Amino acid sequence: MSFWKFSNPNNFMTLSEKILPIISVSTILTLTTGLYWGFFLTPEDYQQGNSVKIIFLHVPSALIAINTWFVMLVSSIIWLIRRHHVSALIAKAAAPIGITMTIIAIITGMIWGQQMWGTYWAWDPRLTSFFLLLMFYIGYQTLWSAVEKPDSAAELTSILCVVGTVFAVLSRYAVNFWSQGLHQGASLSLDKEEHIHNAFSNPLYICMAGFILLFLTLVILRTRTEILKRKIFILLDHKGR
Amino acid sequence: MISILKRDILLSVRSGTGFSLSLSFFLLMIIFAPLAIGPDDLLLKKIAPGILWLSALLSCLLSIDHIFQSDFEDGSLEALIIAPIPLESTILIKTFAHWVTSGLLIALIAPLIGVLYNFDFNSLLWIFLSLLVGTPGLSMIGVFGASLTIGLKKGGLLLPVLIMPFYTPTLIFGSQTIMRAVDGLEVTSTFLLMAGITALVIALMPFAATKAVKASLK
Repeated sequence: MSFWKFSNPNNFMTLSEKILPIISVSTILTLTTGLYWGFFLTPEDYQQGNSVKIIFLHVPSALIAINTWFVMLVSSIIWLIRRHHVSALIAKAAAPIGITMTIIAIITGMIWGQQMWGTYWAWDPRLTSFFLLLMFYIGYQTLWSAVEKPDSAAELTSILCVVGTVFAVLSRYAVNFWSQGLHQGASLSLDKEEHIHNAFSNPLYICMAGFILLFLTLVILRTRTEILKRKIFILLDHKGR
Repeated sequence: MISILKRDILLSVRSGTGFSLSLSFFLLMIIFAPLAIGPDDLLLKKIAPGILWLSALLSCLLSIDHIFQSDFEDGSLEALIIAPIPLESTILIKTFAHWVTSGLLIALIAPLIGVLYNFDFNSLLWIFLSLLVGTPGLSMIGVFGASLTIGLKKGGLLLPVLIMPFYTPTLIFGSQTIMRAVDGLEVTSTFLLMAGITALVIALMPFAATKAVKASLK
């Protein structure tokens, strides 16, 4: 019994079939609780008023937007080393979710920025690096759709993802040189005293958990679809798609 | 190795795709920017470092997709893969050939063009140096991008989408170097960071590009 047995798509399919209902129900429950708590049961901020509640969408989506890339990185590396087909498909399945989450984070951030900073957009390092992240995602996604042979597509996108990670990190720190920030620093941390108030952070944690579950549900769902698509493709003997 | 270098340089000179095209594109960009923005000297001087770097970057992109395409089409890329020299060094040589026909020329011509924007001598020097050190990195990243898109029908359009984000650090540090030189600030920190990125890219990217070339031809 090893982790690698899930490189067999059939094993993955049987396992994910069992997991999927559980995880989707818990996603719905956690997200509903977190968002309801966040939107209706938290007090208004003394400075920001009701607009503070955008945090319950903005922070979790930004969290997923960044971490989706790491999921893609890990699964790309696994593909490069072990030729683990499910892994490559997970990376493929994760990319559009990452794009969506990045766009959600940018748009909620813009709405919040308009309320708080008086402007939708500022060329701030954090904002700009999110935009760059979106560009990296789009490049990755475009490469997947451009290469026709599935195996070379997996290989090429994995290489792009690994190299892209280095450049995404470099760009993240390069933009610090180029502009001063308007965005605040981290408001949640495990070890620091400074913290946002529990009235906000507790529902925020639930929302973050909900978004993580949502991500997992979507990835599993999309990976299953990809595997089924691959099977149909093989059954049709590469004729038509 | 030298013969590959000679061959690539000759090919790009004679076919007229790399050599004259990227250089004239660069010149056009530099001359067209004031036409679009207006002849305001102060404003132009303020944005000229950005224009210089952006033009260098775009003209580098313009010529890069030819680097594997013709070799792929006539089959000589396969010969290069099975040749006794490792593919990594072949790719490095091809990058060097591309740089000689684009980046180096741009770096040489940029200070002359910089006179049009009324830069002082110190700024012109840093324009030359930053482009000289930064453009090999641009070429290398571009070759990596080209290696991912060998044999794709949409390669030409796909390449900029893939590669532009990768140019971010070089672009930022490169144009910051010139901007700081224009403002009379200390420039070595951004310059060295940019040089570091070029060095990193040249040291590691041939390996990634080799993997990609092999994967594309599988």
